[in-house]
Amino acid sequence: MGFLDISHVTKSYGSVQVLHEVDISVQEGEFLVLVGPSGCGKSTLLNMIAGLEAISSGDISIKNRVINDVHPSKRNIAMVFQSYALYPNMTVGQNMTFGLEMHGVPKPERDRALADVARLLQITPLLDRRPGQLSGGQRQRVAMGRALVRNPDVFLFDEPLSNLDAKLRVDMRTEIKKLHQNLKTTIVYVTHDQIEAMTLSTRIAVMNKGYVQQLGTPKDIYDTPANLFVATFMGSPAMNIMAAKVVAQNGVPHAEITDADGATRHLRFSQANLADWVGRDVLLGIRPEAITDPEGADRKSANIQPFANRVTVTEPAGSDTFVTMTLGGRDAIARMRADASVAPGEVFDFAINMEKAVVFDPVSEARIPA
Amino acid sequence: MSGVTQETAVNTGRIARVFIYLVLLLFALFYLLPLYVMAVNSVKPLAEITGGNMLALPKILTFEPWRQAWSTAQIGVEPTGLKPYFLNSILMVVPAVLISTVVGALNGYVLTKWRFKYDTVIFGLMLFSCFIPFQTVLIPMAMVLGKLGLAGTVSGLVLVHVVYGIGFTTLYYRNYYASFPTELVRAAMIDGAGFFRIFWRIMLPVSGPITVVSVIWQFTNIWNDFLFGVSFGGTSQPMTVALNNLVQSSTGVKEYNVHFAGAILAALPTLFVYIVAGRYFVRGLMAGSVKG
Repeated sequence: MGFLDISHVTKSYGSVQVLHEVDISVQEGEFLVLVGPSGCGKSTLLNMIAGLEAISSGDISIKNRVINDVHPSKRNIAMVFQSYALYPNMTVGQNMTFGLEMHGVPKPERDRALADVARLLQITPLLDRRPGQLSGGQRQRVAMGRALVRNPDVFLFDEPLSNLDAKLRVDMRTEIKKLHQNLKTTIVYVTHDQIEAMTLSTRIAVMNKGYVQQLGTPKDIYDTPANLFVATFMGSPAMNIMAAKVVAQNGVPHAEITDADGATRHLRFSQANLADWVGRDVLLGIRPEAITDPEGADRKSANIQPFANRVTVTEPAGSDTFVTMTLGGRDAIARMRADASVAPGEVFDFAINMEKAVVFDPVSEARIPA
Repeated sequence: MSGVTQETAVNTGRIARVFIYLVLLLFALFYLLPLYVMAVNSVKPLAEITGGNMLALPKILTFEPWRQAWSTAQIGVEPTGLKPYFLNSILMVVPAVLISTVVGALNGYVLTKWRFKYDTVIFGLMLFSCFIPFQTVLIPMAMVLGKLGLAGTVSGLVLVHVVYGIGFTTLYYRNYYASFPTELVRAAMIDGAGFFRIFWRIMLPVSGPITVVSVIWQFTNIWNDFLFGVSFGGTSQPMTVALNNLVQSSTGVKEYNVHFAGAILAALPTLFVYIVAGRYFVRGLMAGSVKG
């Protein structure tokens, strides 16, 4: 049993089922991120943990206590909302201690808790201001402070960074991570931003259409995605997916990629168990960073294969240069070192790291495990 | 744009501008004309009105008509002046406005933040009360008041006006609260605040603009009501009915100066409310419809 247990939880609105049999067990001190596109059910699940939405079936328990029918205020949780939801008529200090006041905590104790958290978040000078007088980043801190003051068992974050500008978002991301590392709190965090999910979490649940597609560490999710959805949703630029046929050359399975002009390329698989798939179509997935120039290729990889291809577009991004080419009739993106000398229109010698390739069943879209 | 301010959407020339102000001034004067006539004639002796020009300024300034209208004029059969009826109106308006506004706020709160099945249908039904003509409910209302033992009392009038007002106040508060972020209510729920605590501590403190709208609307409507007052007022009739009895008396000389003074007295409270809170009224009506 975990610290927070979500077992066989479903949610339906009338005849529409929006969550299907969700099973997640969160350990104490874990940072779980629920990530997925809009409408995948991640916020609904968070609201069910918070008690803001009823559970259609299944159980949610915190510290082995089933909380399905427990009022939100008695679950010992705290939530940071997307809009921050700061009470506009109260000062920052009043906002942060409102929950304690409602729970009948005496004033001296409230003041002590407030002072501690304000110092931790460096918002002591703001305590007498009203939310309307704060910047976005300050509001964000106050919203987190309001959650921290109550010292809850579980923190719930509902897309807390999506209202901030790009630079502030990165700063606050680091801040939240630091906070988690120092306080060792249990956090469930909802976002649609896969970079937030990767950077913050100890574990990620990737959701789509009301199903948990994969639950695992960021590295699991990134390197061995369970299916095509997870593979393409996580990572930016997205994983290159191309149609390929498994063929045997000297008894070793190769991926045969057919270009639009009918020319074929053969790339040797590192994955050994593809013998059963010889003669069948698969989907080959390769992350952009696995396609490089030969000098930039991973020296530790045992399966770097060269191939020549025409460059269609180059996008220098400062730290990297993204190179677009056509592979198997579709655009594919390679991530190069910034100083790789490559120009659009030329035929370039790429190196592809087939150790990092993943293979999907084109019918079920599930990954063919190694 | 440095130095250039563009306050009007259309650039107007000097002549056009003079013309516009002239027209506006004429309309304003025309609009104020009845008030002028009332005010001027309320401070003249009666002989000056009957023997002279209604628009002329008084030759002899007297406040006797005001005193008469307030305390000695014949209302129906009693020479009481309008004073007791003014008190009746106050006793009716204040509780009726307060109760209907509070109930409207609670309704708006429930209809937007504690939604339930068929809440839109309930709201639609409540809106009906905004469109039902007063005359159609006179007889059923009289029966209900009689059964409740409230016929002919100020309490009965309060009840009637509260029932009629709730439709409007609910509409105001519902639309205002619809744009109030639900996340705030959820945050307060997690913080441990209950139904009334959320209403009192979170919703009401930000309801100023719409409360002004609701209070002004209710105050003017209830204060100016004649039909309910004359039908259900009994011995505790409001100001409007008394004014009618004063002006419509068919015996004796028609004391126009007293009538004018009485009419102004009857209109003063609503005028006062508009002057004090008028600018918040427009602001409140705009709130919610336009983000700002």
